[in-house]
Amino acid sequence: MTNLKNNQLKIALLGNPNSGKSSLFNSLTGLKQKTGNYAGVTVDRLEGEFSFSINNESHTIKVIDLPGAYSLFPKSSDEEIACKTLLDQKEKIDVVVIVLDATSLKRHLLLATQIIDLKIKTVLALNMIDEANSQDIIIDIQGLQNTLGIDVVCLNSRKQEGFDNLKKAILNARISSSIFYNISNFNNNFISYKEFIISHIYSKKTESDIENSDKLYRFNIINYLVAKFVKTPIQLSLKAITSKIDAFTTHRVYGYLILIFILFLVFQFIFFISEAPMNWIESAFLGLGDFISTQFPKGALNDLVVHGIIAGISGVVMFVPQIAFLFLFIGLLEDTGYMARASFIMDKVMRPFGLNGKSVIPLISGTACAVPSILATRSISNVKERLITIFILPLVSCSARLPVYTLLIAVLYPKTSFLGFFNTQGLVLLFLYLLGFIATLISAFVLKQIMKTTEPSFFIMELPVYRWPQSKNIGILVYSKVIIFIKEAGKIILAISIILWFLSTHGINKEYQELEIKEQSLSSNYQTEAIKKEIKQIKTQKLEQSFIGYLGHFIEPIIKPLGFDWKIGISLITSFAAREVFVGTMATIYQSEDSQNSEGIKQKLLNEKDEFGNQKYTPAVCWSLLLFYAFAMQCMSTMAVVKRETKSWKLVFAQLLFMSVLAYVSAFGAYQILS
Amino acid sequence: MKTQSLAKLKKGQKAVIKSFTNKTLSSKLIEMGCLPGETFVITKIAPLGSPIAIFIAGYELSLRKDEADSVLVELIL
Repeated sequence: MTNLKNNQLKIALLGNPNSGKSSLFNSLTGLKQKTGNYAGVTVDRLEGEFSFSINNESHTIKVIDLPGAYSLFPKSSDEEIACKTLLDQKEKIDVVVIVLDATSLKRHLLLATQIIDLKIKTVLALNMIDEANSQDIIIDIQGLQNTLGIDVVCLNSRKQEGFDNLKKAILNARISSSIFYNISNFNNNFISYKEFIISHIYSKKTESDIENSDKLYRFNIINYLVAKFVKTPIQLSLKAITSKIDAFTTHRVYGYLILIFILFLVFQFIFFISEAPMNWIESAFLGLGDFISTQFPKGALNDLVVHGIIAGISGVVMFVPQIAFLFLFIGLLEDTGYMARASFIMDKVMRPFGLNGKSVIPLISGTACAVPSILATRSISNVKERLITIFILPLVSCSARLPVYTLLIAVLYPKTSFLGFFNTQGLVLLFLYLLGFIATLISAFVLKQIMKTTEPSFFIMELPVYRWPQSKNIGILVYSKVIIFIKEAGKIILAISIILWFLSTHGINKEYQELEIKEQSLSSNYQTEAIKKEIKQIKTQKLEQSFIGYLGHFIEPIIKPLGFDWKIGISLITSFAAREVFVGTMATIYQSEDSQNSEGIKQKLLNEKDEFGNQKYTPAVCWSLLLFYAFAMQCMSTMAVVKRETKSWKLVFAQLLFMSVLAYVSAFGAYQILS
Repeated sequence: MKTQSLAKLKKGQKAVIKSFTNKTLSSKLIEMGCLPGETFVITKIAPLGSPIAIFIAGYELSLRKDEADSVLVELIL
């Protein structure tokens, strides 16, 4: 028997954005990757693992995929994280694999020479070698290897070619003895280049003169290397295909038409196509709940499992179709290179509001649901623009507001009426959507003025050539986003929904206990219509006597100026789980025949009288409620996702406070003016 | 030949980078391959006038008009 020795190594992948680094990471590790956090920042930390054996020795390689960077002088928070992690002693990185785009070696060699000067074990991976070959770029690998003093391997990570060579090179990685910096540039201030870089990153006191002269010195050497070892046919313009596609995608008319079409598609998928799988998920969980509640002994535990836990998990899994579809699109748009073009034509429109060209997709998908949209802001690399986009997204009218709007508009205009040619109900709905959109833009504009940032807002970015999307990359993206959501946002959503369930189904006083006993004895009998009606009444009374019922009464003085009573108060609290719960709770409170059908509740609300016998749901109350739901946070899933994406509760509470004040003030204004 | 700002060039015009007027921007531009002496072509101007795109050092780079304004170039006829 051969005794396999297992050797462990930790490597870091580093390279420019668009060097195919992520694609290499995905190819190497497959699904053996996990997403973690870097302390104190919003950037995700990607780690993975792969194993192989050579000469009867097995090797396990841990890989950390560092964010893309152009040089060791960080210009963005992504770059700063990449540099700091690389230089962190505690990370214990054995080998750095620098990933370069073989078609533009010159630019990519800047970072490579800097890493070599850090005197870390390094391997150079020339990615996309197939593209370089097809462009008749000929690289003298041996020559490059000798001059750089490290192993250079050619890769085509899309087709997994050259991986064996890469693995061997990683095992044999060495520290180069070549030096690419100008020693006289630093006088005697620093012992090594590494020390210089560390002091630059942590104290940020280096003048850009020293920084620039370091880069120019390197480029001088690189120019010489490229002239000597790389034969490139003279290329003065873009690849023909890319330039032909761009003629449409960046055209002043077609460009926007294409973008609108893509946004329309995204919207369709998230709004309508997701509906079917979401219904399947809902009925599957309902079925499971029914099964457990009938097949297992009744009692508090059964109740907790069915109405607390299963309902909570169902509420989490429900988002999966929307998240999957949205990231399928984002994956396609990023992988092909289109996203950069969308950014290019939208930058001037979005910039006055402190938003990014890439904010367009989250904003449009936000009309379906803020939850996947907030996850989608990940592609915005500027921290300030990303935070602003996350902050304002819940103001966009999402699909969960629709049932609330529909019910209240129906109460407001019970009969179909027309304003000129237009259906009044439709106009009110349109107005509410526009209101959400205007509030979104104004808030963004205000935030842009008050938010401070140390990170400069650049638009200096690469427009990558168009490439075919890779199903593996997109598959892993969709999979990892879904998993992250379920694991991290899911636990918060589950916890809040269990708390809400507990509060609405428990009470401490005697009345509640009596109602409980009465309900149980009634439900165990044969259920006639009369008994069913009585059970319904008891359910309503139970809700009134529950903790949430108390809370509804408790907040009544606060919401009275808005025209709301404790019944609305109860609905406000339960619909904190999700806005559409408002309709269901109102149905329970008003003992509507059918909680799915808003027609029944509409009649109940129209018949509701206040203490003086006047109509309760006046236009003033309806408008006040409509505006409240337009602006209030009222969505625990959004809060859970914001927490997960910003890695802190700070923004979550700021957002909650801001939206609550906005909702309260506008509802107050509407009620006071109209009544 | 006199130098002028990159932002003033029209689509299709070819020029050489001479110098920069903003240090922060220059250090970013240099690492993106915009070195003094490098030749480039204006490939795109966004429909609303900004950003613009140039083909330089074998790839296409986009930058905002006010960022381009900090680059002094010499036109090649």
